[in-house]
Order: sequence, then structure tokens, then C-alpha cells
Amino acid sequence: MNYISNVLFGVLLIIGIGFFVNNIQKIFRNIKLGKSINRNDNKLQRLKNMAMIALGQSKMVKRPFSGFLHIIVYVGFVIINIEVLEIVVDGLLGTHRIFQPYLGNAFYGFLIGVFEVLAALVFIAVVLFWLRRNVSNIKRFLSKEMTGWPKRDGNLILYFEMVLMSLFIIMNATDTAFQEAGVGNVVSQLVAPIFESYSSETIHTIERTAWWIHITGILVFLNYLFYSKHLHILLAFPNTYFGNLKPKGQFPNSEAVTKEVQLMMDPSADPYAMPEEGAEEDVPEKFGASDVADLSWVQLLNAYTCTECGRCTSACPASLTGKELSPRNIMMKTRDRLEEVGRNIDDNNGTFKDDGKQLLNDYITPEELWACTSCNACVEECPVSIDPLSIIMDMRKYLVMEQSAAPQELNMMMTNVENNGAPWQYNQQDRLNWANEE
Amino acid sequence: MNVPTMADMMAQGKQPEVLFWVGAAGSYDDRAKKISRAFVKILHAASVDFAVLGTEESSTGDAAKRAGNEFLFQMQALMNIEVLNGYEVKKIVTCDPHSFNTLKNEYPSLGGKYEVFHHTQFIQHLISEGRLEIDNTTLKGKRVTFHDPCYLGRANEVYESPRDLIRRLGVNLTEMKRHKGTALCCGAGGAQMFKDAEKGDKEINILRTEDALEAKPQIIATGCPYCNTMMTDGIKFKEKETEVVVKDIAELISEANGL
Ligand code: SF4
Ligand code: SF4
Repeated sequence: MNYISNVLFGVLLIIGIGFFVNNIQKIFRNIKLGKSINRNDNKLQRLKNMAMIALGQSKMVKRPFSGFLHIIVYVGFVIINIEVLEIVVDGLLGTHRIFQPYLGNAFYGFLIGVFEVLAALVFIAVVLFWLRRNVSNIKRFLSKEMTGWPKRDGNLILYFEMVLMSLFIIMNATDTAFQEAGVGNVVSQLVAPIFESYSSETIHTIERTAWWIHITGILVFLNYLFYSKHLHILLAFPNTYFGNLKPKGQFPNSEAVTKEVQLMMDPSADPYAMPEEGAEEDVPEKFGASDVADLSWVQLLNAYTCTECGRCTSACPASLTGKELSPRNIMMKTRDRLEEVGRNIDDNNGTFKDDGKQLLNDYITPEELWACTSCNACVEECPVSIDPLSIIMDMRKYLVMEQSAAPQELNMMMTNVENNGAPWQYNQQDRLNWANEE
Repeated sequence: MNVPTMADMMAQGKQPEVLFWVGAAGSYDDRAKKISRAFVKILHAASVDFAVLGTEESSTGDAAKRAGNEFLFQMQALMNIEVLNGYEVKKIVTCDPHSFNTLKNEYPSLGGKYEVFHHTQFIQHLISEGRLEIDNTTLKGKRVTFHDPCYLGRANEVYESPRDLIRRLGVNLTEMKRHKGTALCCGAGGAQMFKDAEKGDKEINILRTEDALEAKPQIIATGCPYCNTMMTDGIKFKEKETEVVVKDIAELISEANGL
């Protein structure tokens, strides 16, 4: 009796999943730092969006080549995970291919055959992805924000997948019994001859090693997500569910401002009257956003979900004309700051200690914010329903309403609106002159 | 040109069928005023009983809101809503997609609930009601490309109304590579119209003009006074004024119908 490997496997599994759960909890906590916003309406439409956009990848295929490759990797990833289920059960019970007798040779062989074909396709797709990222001159992968870690992250994921897929095939190729049975070894039979010259013991060792590295790799990958843009494989689902359902041109109206303006406009209101009890609390301490905690939890979820694909930036008029602004970078910086705040909370026993930094200026500059035309191209492009524009607008609001820090020309425009009801300096009394000119 | 105001109407005890929201550009900008007049000619031709607010109209607050000044936006909005509700306005039409978006989407929660149309939608209705016909001979065969305004297209998903009208002109509509959902902004939105662009290597309107010129048009059709300015400047910059004109769809229709 040899239980060592079962126990080892169990421990490995507990550690891997334990860390993962811990990481997810941290992400959840960080997202909850955001302000509340109601996204619980219209559940049916939300489910539909999630089914179409996240599950159905409807927006990915707008760019057919990368969309197609992505679907292969995605379908492969999801389906091959069924096999992981068997691996886990085998590992825990010390069995080998435990599903085989239950599913019957033919059906089991068919399933594994499908997995093998998918694994090969995923491998090819991932190689093509790597070439796109590193060899083809695709602008969105070459921007300044895609250097250093983000670039390495993108490639690491691809290497991960290449290795995992190879191990899966090797594992099958060196499983002598499986090869001899000859059902479902569609791809692995092509690889098996490489190992023919080895002794059956060596082959078995290779099989076991591949098996262990494969499952360990999967657990490592699971925990790698936390540090990676690859988190989208999980968060794309809630993110598309909680996406904005209103017309893209509709920006939310601040209720706190409405109250103030109504008070100002109401001729019967006594400006010197004492505020009603509790009224003080209705006035938010701050308009707009200068740090991550001023954003809504949906915006923070957006930041964690961003895949850094750069489709937004490649459609952004500001980015396309060489401005500092890149909507992808807005999302990446928001996530960077949020993770910094999260680490700060971890290090200080659960409370945030002021670090003298904020999202504004330390991460996102006013120059970036003022370059946006509010055209919604980024929002339209995003394959996972992220809204970079809403963050830009909230931060502009902070600049203008809290700091009066609009560019000079915009201050003039706003003064004109205030004084004569038009962004230019024309007399309100001349507003109908156009009708009599020709 | 006969452009009745709501105040006139009220004095006569009349309620027009629709309010024409002219917008700041349509009221003051020399190029955009022509669009306002062209649209009024169409309204007259279709015998639409309309009125404007005239001197009682004020900025919708769109630019202020997009510049980050929520306070000024809501001041403008609440003031306008008071006027509009005072006149019991139900239906509004405008040639400005920014006003269209703000009136339609951002006024309701502040108490201003109206049925709001972009002029291309409204003209489409006039046609389907048999009140207007577009002459398809005057401009026949001209090569036209259409620039989608962000606040009409992506912001409100109105892509077909302008295209339907263009086709009715009998012209040859050629799309730009980036169009409808993927259309590139002209560079004016989000209050950019009122400031210089940030440092970069190109102006957005030039890039968009290049998109348009690729479609080899004789006419660049627009549905927004700000886009119109941006594209007109772009064509001047490219020194193509003799070959390409920039016209609002309302202008094209009024021209085709000899109004
Ligand atoms: S809305 Fe702003 S950030 Fe988004 S694409 Fe347009 S200009 Fe770029
Ligand atoms: S915001 Fe969306 S489109 Fe932009 S990089 Fe992130 S995932 Fe891609």
C-alpha cells in the first residue's frame, strides 16, 4: 500500500485551491472599496448579455482572425478542463483513468480524442498568438504601456498554455496501455514513436512526471491569474452581467448636485435657513474621483477584468493621433492603483494607511483626461463590456468641481454658458438672428 | 424666414406639433446656421407646425457636463426644463446630436420627459407619413460618404435614419472603412470643440478627413454641426475644397428639392 502520492496530491490540491480562494477574497474585498451603484435591474437582459458576450464571445469575432483563435483557445480551455476532473479524482484515489470503465471504451476514447485534437488546436492557436504579439507589427501590442510586466505577462500565459497542452499530449503518448488500446489517441499516437526506444519503466516514469507537472501546472496557473490580465477568464462573466444597459451617450446625473441646484433655483428657499437635521450627510464630501475608492465597484471590477487586449486603444481617436491618452492604460493604471491600495490594506492589518498617493496625478495625468472626446469608441470595442470613458469623466468631474482645474479655454466656455447660455460669447438676445440672415 | 417662437404661439393660444431645438451651434455658428435654415425649409415644405424657443433657449449643458462641470450642467438643464415644461412641450426635434442625446437621455431623470428626435429621424417620419418626398434626380449619381456623429451613432445607435435619407437622394453612398459602430470621432466631442487638442502627432479631424477621402466622395454628408465644422476644416487643410463639399443631410435634401 502506498498512500504517499495520494496524500501528496491532496496537500498540493488544498494548497493550490486555498491560495486561489484567498486571492479571490482579496479581489472581492478590493472591488468592494468602490462606491455603490445599482446594477441589479433588468436581470434577464443582463443574463442575456453575459451569455452572448462572455460565453458566446460575440464581440471577440468582430476582429475575425484573433476572434477565431481566441474561440479555439477558449473552447479548448473549457472542454479540456473536463479531463482535469478525472485527473483530480485519479490523484486523490490513486486510480488511473477512473472514468474509462464507467464511460465505456468507445465513448471514453472519443472524449479523449476530442481533448487531444483540441489540445493540438490550442497549441497551434497559442503559437499564432505568440507570433502576433512578438513578430507581427501589430500596433496595439507595441504601445508604451505594453512593455515590462504587461508584455511578459501576455507571453507567460502563452508559454503556460503551450507547456500544459504539450504535457497533456505527452502524458497520453507515454501511457502504454492507452496507446495499445488505440482508441482516442488521435494526436498522441503521432508523438508516441519518440519514446519507443525507451524501456517501459522509463516510459512510465515520463508518463507519471508529465502527469504531475501537468496538474501542478494547472494549480500554479490558477494562482497566477491573480497577478495577471488573465483574470478575465473568470471576471468576464460578472463584468458583462453588470455592464451598463443604458444608451452609451447617457452619463449619470449626480443626485447630490440636483438637490443643491434645486435649492439655489427655488426662489422660496431661504439661503440662511439652518440645514435640516441629517441633511449634512446628504452632501457628498467629494465630487468626482481622484482615487480608486471614489470610483464605483463596477469600475473597479472593470479594472480587474481588463485583458489588456488594446482593442479600445486601437479605436481611440486620441491614441490614434499620438496623444498621451490610452483607454487601456486608464484601466491598467486603475488596477495598478487598486492593487497598491489592496497591498497597503494587507500590510496594515485591514485598514488603509494614507500613502500620500492617489490615482490622479500619481497614475493618471490631467493631460490624459483632457484628451478624451467622449466618443465611446473604447466602450463599443471592448470585448468584455468595460467602460474606460466613465472613469475619465469621473476624474474630470473631480478636476473641475473640486479643484477648478479645467484648461483655461474650457473655463471660458463654461463662463460663457453661465452668462449667456452658449459656449461662445454671443448675446442671448441674438439667438434667433439666424432665421433672418441669408 | 418664418420661424415662430413658442411665445408667439402661446400668445395665439396655439400648441405646435413639435419644438425645433436649434442648439448653440445652430443659432450662432455661421456654418451651422445654414443647416438650421435648411431644416426649417424642409419643415415648411412638409407643412409642419413647429416653433422654436428663440431667445428663451439656452445651452443644454452638454459641453459643461462633458467638461466635468455637473453643477453647471444641471443648472442649465433645470432652467431649460422649466421653460419646456412651462410650454407643455411634448416633442422635440434637433439637428444637433449632442442636444439630442442630452435632451433624450439626461433630462428625463431631472423632470424633462419629451419625445426627442434627431432631424434625420424626424424627416424619415415625414416621408413615411407622406408629407415629404425627396427628389432623387438633382443629386443623382453623386458619390457621397457619411460620417457618423458619435452622439447619434454609438451613443444612441441611430445608424439607419441618416443612411436611409441619403439613399433616397439617389446618390451613390460609399461607406468609409470605419463606419457605424467603428466610426472615428471627428474630434469635437467631450468639449474638445472649445479647446486646443493635447500634444500629439496629428489632429483628429485630419485623420477622419483622410478616412473620408479614401472613400473618394464628392460630398461628405454629416448629421451634426460640430462634425460639419471639423470635416470642413479637414477638407480645407487637405486643400480639397474644389473637389469635395461637406454638407448636412438637411442641406442636401433642401438642395435636392430646390427649397
Ligand atoms: S471615449 Fe475617450 S478614451 Fe474612449 S475612445 Fe473616445 S476619446 Fe478615447
Ligand atoms: S478595456 Fe476592454 S478593449 Fe480595452 S484593453 Fe481592456 S479588455 Fe481590451
